[in-house]
Amino acid sequence: MNDKPPVVDFATDWDHTDPAWVKDPYPIWDDLRLRCPVAHTDRYGGAWFPVTHAGVSEVAKDTANFTSRSVIIADNRPGDEKLPAPIGVAPPITSDPPFHALARKLILPAFAPGIVNALEPQIRELCNNLLDEVIGDEVVNGSLSYAKNIPPGVIRQMLGFPQEDTEKFVEMVHVITEIIDLPFEEREPLFQPVEDYFVAQIEDHQANPREDLTTFLLDAEIEGQKLAIEHVVGTMVLILVAGIDTTWGAIGASLWHLAQHPDDLERLVNEPELMPYAVEEFLRFYAPVTMARLVNADMEYLGCSMKEYDWVLLGFPAANRDPVVFKDADQFIIDRAENRHVSFGLGIHRCIGSNLARLELRVAIEEFIRRYPRFELARKEDVTWSPGQIRGPRNLPLRILG
Amino acid sequence: MKVIIDAELCQGQGRCFSMVPSLFYFDELGSGVVIGDGTLTPETLNLARLAQANCPEHAIFIEE
Ligand code: HEM
Repeated sequence: MNDKPPVVDFATDWDHTDPAWVKDPYPIWDDLRLRCPVAHTDRYGGAWFPVTHAGVSEVAKDTANFTSRSVIIADNRPGDEKLPAPIGVAPPITSDPPFHALARKLILPAFAPGIVNALEPQIRELCNNLLDEVIGDEVVNGSLSYAKNIPPGVIRQMLGFPQEDTEKFVEMVHVITEIIDLPFEEREPLFQPVEDYFVAQIEDHQANPREDLTTFLLDAEIEGQKLAIEHVVGTMVLILVAGIDTTWGAIGASLWHLAQHPDDLERLVNEPELMPYAVEEFLRFYAPVTMARLVNADMEYLGCSMKEYDWVLLGFPAANRDPVVFKDADQFIIDRAENRHVSFGLGIHRCIGSNLARLELRVAIEEFIRRYPRFELARKEDVTWSPGQIRGPRNLPLRILG
Repeated sequence: MKVIIDAELCQGQGRCFSMVPSLFYFDELGSGVVIGDGTLTPETLNLARLAQANCPEHAIFIEE
């Protein structure tokens, strides 16, 4: 999976794609937190990794010294011309102020709690349909047969794309989420069929407007101007890139936890009122998302000599385990009452889909444990984790217990 | 005593209104808003403190 030299010391040569990090990053971060608050690597053209809550928070909120033009670490240092600021390739996630606020306001209403909460019955039905497909199986793949299919199913419905395209849509979503790691030039041919499909759906919505996210985007305006079709497609792609693997990872990791902690599983089954607390603790303990920034200009920052175009990887999941902010930070406490986790980011880029993600996670776990109040890992060594900036179990065979 | 949300600091993390819906609501962009004038009783003070302790942006304040 990885032909890079293995990491010897993560403090001076970290790599978020190193097999040890991918398998279990938490001991690495705990060790780094004690030794250096900001780790460095020469890989990727030079990159920093703050491990404390304070460091992550400072960088996340400092949009003057750091830019979001590129939030996924690439092999090379990016030049300026490929990543036009302040809009970026996928607004608002790649935008900086002041444009960021305009792009963000555009989509915020579509993901506001009132709109999102109304989706609960549909999400519940989707989860049950997925569980029906594996009914009677002794081993159920909590990732591939369940968690993976929930976020695209929900977003397909929100966009108002045809039910019969479900499989095709899931396929396209995975093309999109796989290709963001590829160099710019290689994305184009793979993306073309996806773009064609999206444009066809958009044209159908233009001809027959209806109450859904696609029509919402077609009606939306930035400073009195309707969006160009490319901007509508771009926004859809962003929602897919940001909303699928992330939520898939969160649902999968929560099932992974419950499979290995029968006491927590039993409590959740017997005390459903704990669910809101459990959801936040799943999010804190197994936060799936780390996001990058680029340094705007040479400077001394957090005691480091940062150079223009150095990467900074924002370890929201590492911040969530900082004992300065969280009591018993390394313990999963299912009814943790004080939980200021930063899994959805901090500051102006706070996850637009956080209300939706939370709802999907809660309903997915509720329906799974209602159907299967007891389960365990079928084979621990078969569990694999996604590499890179979005973390979650890719393969998760669960043995259903009677 | 009153609970207030600093609108400059609030980023719509959604923790207050999902945890303590009796004191907080949300606007059409998903930012948190205090229900009514935010006056707290000894009973609701603890709820306001709970929301405060869960706000990642430190946007909730309790005024004596
Ligand atoms: C558990 C699931 C999720 C997690 C942990 C998560 C996490 C995050 C984080 C940490 C950010 C901040 C990025 C940054 O600071 O650069 C972010 C931004 C974003 N997320 Fe999520 N996300 C999740 C699900 C979703 C969903 C379901 C959607 C939409 C359907 C979504 C849409 C977005 C968008 C549009 C942004 C960009 C916001 C901006 O830049 O203003 N996310 N997410």
